[in-house]
Amino acid sequence: MSAVLRAEGLGKRYRRRWALSDCTLDIPAGHVTGLVGPNGAGKTTLLSLAAGMLAPTSGTVEVCGGRPASGAAQLAKVGFVAQDTPTYSRLSVGDHLRMGARLNPRWDDTLARARIERLGLDPAKRAGKLSHGQRGQLALTLGLAKRPELLILDEPVASLDPLARREFLQGLMEAVAEHGLSVVLSSHLIADLERVCDHLIVLVDSQVRLVGDVDTLLATHHRLTGPRRDPPALPADQHVVSASHTDRQTTLVVRTSAPIHDPAWTVGQLGLEDVVLEYMRRPADGQRGSRPAALEVLR
Amino acid sequence: MEDSVIEFSLDGRSGVSPYLQVVRQVRHALRLGLLREGDQLPTVKDVVARLAINPNTVLKAYRELERDGLVAARPGIGTFVTRSLADASLAAHEPLRQDLRRWLAKARRAGLDEESIEALFTSTFRATAEQDIA
Repeated sequence: MSAVLRAEGLGKRYRRRWALSDCTLDIPAGHVTGLVGPNGAGKTTLLSLAAGMLAPTSGTVEVCGGRPASGAAQLAKVGFVAQDTPTYSRLSVGDHLRMGARLNPRWDDTLARARIERLGLDPAKRAGKLSHGQRGQLALTLGLAKRPELLILDEPVASLDPLARREFLQGLMEAVAEHGLSVVLSSHLIADLERVCDHLIVLVDSQVRLVGDVDTLLATHHRLTGPRRDPPALPADQHVVSASHTDRQTTLVVRTSAPIHDPAWTVGQLGLEDVVLEYMRRPADGQRGSRPAALEVLR
Repeated sequence: MEDSVIEFSLDGRSGVSPYLQVVRQVRHALRLGLLREGDQLPTVKDVVARLAINPNTVLKAYRELERDGLVAARPGIGTFVTRSLADASLAAHEPLRQDLRRWLAKARRAGLDEESIEALFTSTFRATAEQDIA
């Protein structure tokens, strides 16, 4: 599997504070990859480093086979829509398109104009007068018309209402279907990610806590509820993610690719949000969580 | 383009992956006779645009249906139903439903409420499935 983004020991320091440290990960090409994690995990820093908006303090990052912002050819390969989908408020929609055409060698003017027309955006209107949703769509149009190999979006839908969010993601998914570009997007809205992403990375404290295909993650995580018992008595292929007990009852979240046959368990499905939360609140191996643990966590 | 016969929907709370939901909805429509041989499934682009889901998800679902011999892809045209699931077993539904109704009435007379009935059914279903495997 070829990687569209590869970080090795990647770090970024602001004065004395490390916003990202020793981050190592691979993001496969041809997928829509969701990046989730608590605030301060380093998501925005990682994405900005990949887009070449920041330079690393340590380690390396490779995007579409090149070093970010290393030249015009590299810049043309990577599209970046930063947080809050920035546009120039005093420039008109049409100005944005003309600027896109000047600045981008692979600019697809037909795509850009067709999208603007379909969205019903008035080319003469200033970006500052657009609604949040329209501004998001304009930023997405610029990112897509650039015809990048990889489009990076940092929290693109956070400030949009549910309808605008759905329309934004529809536009993004249509572009993926049509042009086959790779996408990496960060979001706190896991229900959205569950629809649009086929690959997921959970980042906590700069470290990858969980990675995999969304379908596989959903199919292999189960919640087991039953009479109290010691987890070591589980079959070897059932890996305990978390466990909590009362005097009489045990509740486990397990990861296994085999079916669960033990009739003592009531087996429940976990949504992607539940799976992600299990890994976000779980302290990393060999390390204590700083927050009081909500669960009795076993390693 | 011709309108497709069915539309997909996604249940975000089910814990079932989107690709599996698409597969199940097609199989369900085939079983009910809603989809018949020769019918076209919605194009990947249509599904993606309607549901805002990942195109790989739809492709994966269609590939699985193809592997099961239920649909076939005609390159550049679309994906078409090749086999129905509304077979002879459909005829057996009605008598089975009658049996089930009688059984449910009996359970209620014995004092079981809805939850107890569901729990009994699920545990028996699982235990039987277990015996079949063993």
